[in-house]
Amino acid sequence: MKLNEIEGAMRAGELGRAPQIAIEHQIQVGDYFGAADFVEVTQAHIMADTESLGEAGVKWLEEMALEDGGKARVRIPTITDPRGTDFAKVKVLKQPEKFLELERRTIAAFQKLGVSLTDTCINYQTIQAPTRGESVAFGDTGVVIFANSVCGARSNYEGGPSALSAGLTGRTPRYGFHLDAQRRATVRIRADWTPRTLNEWGALGGVVGKLAGNYWSVPLVEGLEGAPGSDAMKHFGAAMASFGSIALFHLAGITPEAVRLEDCGGDRLPVAHRVGEAEARALMAHYPADGEVDVVVFSAPQLSLYELRDLAKLCEGRRFVKPLLAVTSPQVKPDCDRFGYTKSIEDAGGHVLSGMCFYQSYAREIAEANGWRRLVTNSTKIVNILGGYGYRPMLASMERCVEAAEKGRLP
Amino acid sequence: MKELIAKHAIGKPVTGTAMVANDGFSARYDLDRIGGTFSRPTHKLAGKSYVGKVLVLDTAKGGVASAWMLREMTSRGIIPLALVFNSVNPILAQGAAFAAVTMLSGFEGDITALVPDGVRVQIDPARRVLRLL
Repeated sequence: MKLNEIEGAMRAGELGRAPQIAIEHQIQVGDYFGAADFVEVTQAHIMADTESLGEAGVKWLEEMALEDGGKARVRIPTITDPRGTDFAKVKVLKQPEKFLELERRTIAAFQKLGVSLTDTCINYQTIQAPTRGESVAFGDTGVVIFANSVCGARSNYEGGPSALSAGLTGRTPRYGFHLDAQRRATVRIRADWTPRTLNEWGALGGVVGKLAGNYWSVPLVEGLEGAPGSDAMKHFGAAMASFGSIALFHLAGITPEAVRLEDCGGDRLPVAHRVGEAEARALMAHYPADGEVDVVVFSAPQLSLYELRDLAKLCEGRRFVKPLLAVTSPQVKPDCDRFGYTKSIEDAGGHVLSGMCFYQSYAREIAEANGWRRLVTNSTKIVNILGGYGYRPMLASMERCVEAAEKGRLP
Repeated sequence: MKELIAKHAIGKPVTGTAMVANDGFSARYDLDRIGGTFSRPTHKLAGKSYVGKVLVLDTAKGGVASAWMLREMTSRGIIPLALVFNSVNPILAQGAAFAAVTMLSGFEGDITALVPDGVRVQIDPARRVLRLL
């Protein structure tokens, strides 16, 4: 890779050992993908739940925080994805103390490095959405696909070590979705149906993700009626990223790089697939919502204020016989409290959790501790993940999920 | 001795037994990382141990956790010997770099069809070569 003066100085260790370690890692990755040089980034977002890090990852973070006499700091605004717990709700989740200790050590290391512990996977709704053409280093697939597709910003999937490296160096290798050529549509899909509910948007996103197939595919979807709202886009993109590892999609006439079909090269592509309600229902059928329920979960992505508003309304006047967990960000939670949404949900017997994500919070261990197996949710992303953790995930609308918490089963 | 050339390579040379499936890979979604087996019930390698194997799969799936998880798996020795894919997302490249795991990706043709399951293979990342022994 071609290095400029400051990058050369970083590699030589002239700016400290931490940026040197960071840029060496970035050069390895850049070389793998044939990056010509670096691109400066304005923000970094780090996925670092301790189930993923384990002792080895936490120790590495602690060592980074001790580099340069403990003075190593990120150079650009660097924020975090959800943590592995909500310390205020540990008694509900029943996570073992040894995992909580890993969380505390991780938090301390990030604070030492100057990382802002925002603990959110909806930073585009709560912290600062990037703008069209802005290069960033984001580290949650749902965050990356929203930033690329809806905002028109530029990011690859940046795993935790790479996102922290970007924070320490202020740049990332220029490959993938930082390049104009990679942002052109590669597969054109005609939608004959427009979803209404968030689980339907997720299901359609999952269908598109499976059809597109891999990270380097860029699906162009046409035929949707109206403009989806932010929460619909959130579930659509998160599921597409989860099922297909997709980082960028275009919606004809809707998203900023596909105002006209020719803007993203879509006019030169034949319609390769037609998708509609039948395909979305077929995906949902893999997660049939029927029978007994152990736990109801709203998470992945964290809920926006408007989703919590809807949920609170549905909870009014009900009494739950099964646990209902609604997970949001530390930025949204205070407003959720102020507007009475938390009270409505918790008066019914539910819990509003903050700063974590269900599947990133030792999902296997909390299932065993609480006897949770049959889990119902409106998140298409999370049903795709939790099968590997021993759950029997079920996908339903928010309304049916709330009914399940009240009745203990789905008809 | 048949040689297959990859577009992308990282890591040190290794020799081992190939475990092949036309399916995806995500450390979080697909693995019981404590037991060292594929745990997603619908995965084509469900129930099989991946430890010490050269995994030959189609593509990377899912999220960003694999970037951390490969190093954590390496620290406990519950790790594939090498990863070989038709295509990868950046997460696996970042994870392989972070964990010092050998990885190849990008071949002429479908690598999951070109490498028979159970065959011995040799990987030379410096030359971007996978050899069927």
